[in-house]
Amino acid sequence: MTDAPVIRGGVTLATIAAICTALVAVTFELTDDRIEANAQAWLEQSLLPVLAGVSFDSGISEDRLIVPAPHELPGNDDAVIYRVYAGDAAAAALFVITARDGYSGPIRLLVGIDANGAVTGLSVLEHRETPGLGDGIELPDWTRQFVGRSLGNPVSSGWKIRGDGGEFDQLTGASVTPRAVVKAVRETLEYFAANSATVFATTPDPEKVTQ
Amino acid sequence: MTTQTLLDRFRNGLWYENPGLVQLLGLCPLLAVTSTFVNGLGLGIATLCVLVVSNGLVSSTRSWIRREIRIPIYVLIIASLVTCTELIFKAWFPDLDRSLGIFIPLIVTNCAIVARAEIFASRNPVGPSIIDGLVMGSGFALLLMAIGAFRELVAMGWLLAVLPPGAFFSLALAIAAKNWIDQR
Repeated sequence: MTDAPVIRGGVTLATIAAICTALVAVTFELTDDRIEANAQAWLEQSLLPVLAGVSFDSGISEDRLIVPAPHELPGNDDAVIYRVYAGDAAAAALFVITARDGYSGPIRLLVGIDANGAVTGLSVLEHRETPGLGDGIELPDWTRQFVGRSLGNPVSSGWKIRGDGGEFDQLTGASVTPRAVVKAVRETLEYFAANSATVFATTPDPEKVTQ
Repeated sequence: MTTQTLLDRFRNGLWYENPGLVQLLGLCPLLAVTSTFVNGLGLGIATLCVLVVSNGLVSSTRSWIRREIRIPIYVLIIASLVTCTELIFKAWFPDLDRSLGIFIPLIVTNCAIVARAEIFASRNPVGPSIIDGLVMGSGFALLLMAIGAFRELVAMGWLLAVLPPGAFFSLALAIAAKNWIDQR
């Protein structure tokens, strides 16, 4: 039998692959809850800087609205919106969204929008863009340009990176990444404009919106 | 194994055959993450763990793996170990994971690991292979830490040290220093 060694090799490979997969699966099970908790802690830590210049007196991560997929916001998962208030008036909404058209994998963003529809801040929560090129979107120097922007400032043709004829800085050697982020922020503003009633709708228990 | 050969091994891994300084393996992570001491330490420890376990596994499976399929088996073993390491870092060291970013998954491409599997672990019993992983991993980790510390210190006076060109200068200086010491 000339086939025997080939089959034996195949079986060995399959066995090792199964064992390795099991190892990864077990580690995933063991770490999943902690990873989730860490991501949530990091998110809550990132909320405050995004709200620069907004005065509010409610707890920052208390009032959470979950928009079930499908929705018009960037990303395919359920979107999360944190809302803060000054007295009884809505002060700002913080959108946790996912830009799907980055250079390498999803880019998780946190976009703050005040009651008048202007961006209060942008923070990049998670991404896998190229180190040294696309990862420049993390830098405050780059995200700062969004602060104070709204749908009318610039007008819709300006909501692009400079290379595409818009008003936003791109990054040297990486235009796909900033293009995706600019688009995601614009879509979030458009969603906010079209749904501001829902975004700030008072629900007795915001957590229940998912059901 | 006698203490004498053990000492020789350590001397080899840390100095005469240091994976970074002499074999020049795994330079991509070495150059990319050594902008601070803590980053060097984090990636050094992650690489060390993967190297020890992968050497152990490759060595313990060596008798029933045919030579033709050994490379895909190494890839499988190393890739799974790196994925586990990444998950563990994300769960227990989230800050370090954020600063190392993509370079933890990229340990997969560190040729120092596959080189040790091929050169040493596939031809030696489990005990010596684990020691080899420990020694070579420590050599690599210590170099990462040394370069990280050096760049962080120099950057106080000369900012270029923490930028990418600084990594090349620092590694070149480290290799030159090693050769100079050896020649004396």
